[in-house]
Amino acid sequence: MSLLTAAHTPYTVPLAMMDALQITILVLVAAGATAVVLIREPVRQVLALTVYGVLLAVLFLAFQAPDVTLSELTVGAVVLPVVLLLTLAKVRKREE
Amino acid sequence: MTPGQRRWVFLVAGIGFVAFFLWGLSGLPGFGNYPGPYGPAILRVAVAQTRATGVVSAINFDYRGFDTVGEEFILFAAAAGVSIVLRRLRGEHERSALDQAADRHVPSTSDAVRMVALLFTGPVVVAGWWLASHAQTSPSGGFQGGVVLATAFVLIYLAGEFLVFKRFSPVTLTDVVEAVGAGGFAAVGLSAVLMGLPYLTNFLPLGQVPGAVSSSGTIALISFFVGLEVAAAFILIVGELLEQTLLIRRGGS
Repeated sequence: MSLLTAAHTPYTVPLAMMDALQITILVLVAAGATAVVLIREPVRQVLALTVYGVLLAVLFLAFQAPDVTLSELTVGAVVLPVVLLLTLAKVRKREE
Repeated sequence: MTPGQRRWVFLVAGIGFVAFFLWGLSGLPGFGNYPGPYGPAILRVAVAQTRATGVVSAINFDYRGFDTVGEEFILFAAAAGVSIVLRRLRGEHERSALDQAADRHVPSTSDAVRMVALLFTGPVVVAGWWLASHAQTSPSGGFQGGVVLATAFVLIYLAGEFLVFKRFSPVTLTDVVEAVGAGGFAAVGLSAVLMGLPYLTNFLPLGQVPGAVSSSGTIALISFFVGLEVAAAFILIVGELLEQTLLIRRGGS
């Protein structure tokens, strides 16, 4: 049970490697967010947002929050794109 | 206002924002140094007190259960809002978009998509159910499990058609399941009140072994109700949006 206290967090990979992983994923998330903002075509933007959602999920995993990873994966990479794509389909149908 | 004046307003506001932002950042604790007493304290006692090894769930469904009731009802209200805004108005009748252009060739879903969706539906149901029922022993919980379960119904739509989706998730049944999920959580809390304990007290036997699926008392039960509520809410929302997209509504006379 003492393994659960903060002082004894068992790292199975060297700390430096963990740091490198965290920095890499932070940079990727920043790049992903910028891409989502810069892409202007709605359908492509949704696809970029989906990739961004997956990146965020990996970020949460790298920062030891697997529960948030699960939520982000399901909501950010599945439900949100479905809702947005359906909305786009509806809006475009009206434009025709 | 001239563009020059506007630029000045932006510059002053921007510099002010950056200054306050940097000032705020300088007061933050170092990266990874959590200074509060709450986290270490709860990590020391949580497993012994709740017999749940999924400490996040122990916090969500027990220590901070009251917050989670509120969060659950946010989703409940959101699903209700979507249903109300997108309801069929009086005098409106709906028909399939296909009826209007019967002569137009509609590309059918590719076999590859149908096959993959069909193959994944079963495993996704199992995974969702596993996540929702193992909040007490793993970093999962009712919310994650519920959304994964709802995803199975999106896969059913992809593998089949809108009508198949509707057959698997009739609105009345989904409504009832959502109500049972939301009400069940609140009822678990009220049961404790009826026994003379504070709201949402973990009143069930905790079990002997930390980390057993049957341990943790009300934590597992609440996670189950949250799973039902979340799955039904997401199915309702996706169903309403599919209906909006695939059916044409016309106002009557």
